[in-house]
Amino acid sequence: MPAFARYLAPLLAFLALAALLYKGLDIDPRTIPSPLIDKPAPAFKLPELKHPDKFISNADFQGKVTLLNVWATWCVACRQEHQNLVLLRQKGVDIYGLNYKDKRPAAEQWLQQFGNPYIVNAFDADGRVGIDWGVYGTPETFVIDKHGIIRHKHIGPITLNAIENEILPLVKKLREAN
Amino acid sequence: MRHERFASRYIQLILVLLVTLMSVNITPVRAAGLEAFDFTGKVDEDRFKALIVQLRCLVCQNQSLADSDAELAHDLRREIYEMMDQGKTDKQIVDFLVARYGEFVLYKPRVEPRTWILWYGPFGLLVIGLLVLMITVRKRKNQRETGFSEQEQQRLNELLGDEANPEPGQEGDKPA
Repeated sequence: MPAFARYLAPLLAFLALAALLYKGLDIDPRTIPSPLIDKPAPAFKLPELKHPDKFISNADFQGKVTLLNVWATWCVACRQEHQNLVLLRQKGVDIYGLNYKDKRPAAEQWLQQFGNPYIVNAFDADGRVGIDWGVYGTPETFVIDKHGIIRHKHIGPITLNAIENEILPLVKKLREAN
Repeated sequence: MRHERFASRYIQLILVLLVTLMSVNITPVRAAGLEAFDFTGKVDEDRFKALIVQLRCLVCQNQSLADSDAELAHDLRREIYEMMDQGKTDKQIVDFLVARYGEFVLYKPRVEPRTWILWYGPFGLLVIGLLVLMITVRKRKNQRETGFSEQEQQRLNELLGDEANPEPGQEGDKPA
């Protein structure tokens, strides 16, 4: 082996390892890729939060680009992202809510107090619909295209950065698509 | 001196014992919340427990569904129990969970092209290691054979005398 290769090889190996580990710093182990991406939104039929006798199903948000936000009043990070959802609504994004394993009075009071960015909320009392959607930690937000296909899942609170660089560009792109 | 040796032996023994103890998993499967289920009916308790230890809780990721006390783990245990009650097979139940949460729920990844590097990578590394070892050993052997020039070899033989380089036939002259 030529001398320069003998000294260069360990250096290159070290740099490769360093690059790998450096990339690892940015990876959040809590963010688990969803197998539902590019698949039809799982079917559900749930009572509405406000009107327990009225039902909402995934057919209701077909034909337009929508967000489905999974939230609960016991979820601290949901409180954190709530104002950003209100902002998204103001920017004209259609947001549906899945109120996950919550209590009706608490959820309604939350919406009165902090504002209601949702077109309508589905009430998933025992979390079964949450299981079908692969929900493992609130808040989670799905972006669903006009054909009812899930195109994106945002895990954790929606930040202003996520709105600008992730949600809004994707919603725009999906609206323009056929 | 003898005491010292005895002490070091003693420490060694303790270390060995400690390592052995650490490698034994002394925490039994705790199976949180299991008491809520009724195993007198169709659902076999052993089968249920065997399945939930293989599945990962997505909330506390280093705990299985059997160990975790997270809300989601409770829900998923209930879901698995009900599916077993409906007569679903283990495979159907695992497929149900993988379809929703991804392969991450499996502690043992499936063998497929995406996980080949995981399953076969170590054997690949072993083969590479063996190749490197073989090449190195062969190279050293060649070096030993051709390491000296003819003159050097002659000089070495002279210095070492017959001991190192016995003449052919000399062996037979030894007394039996």
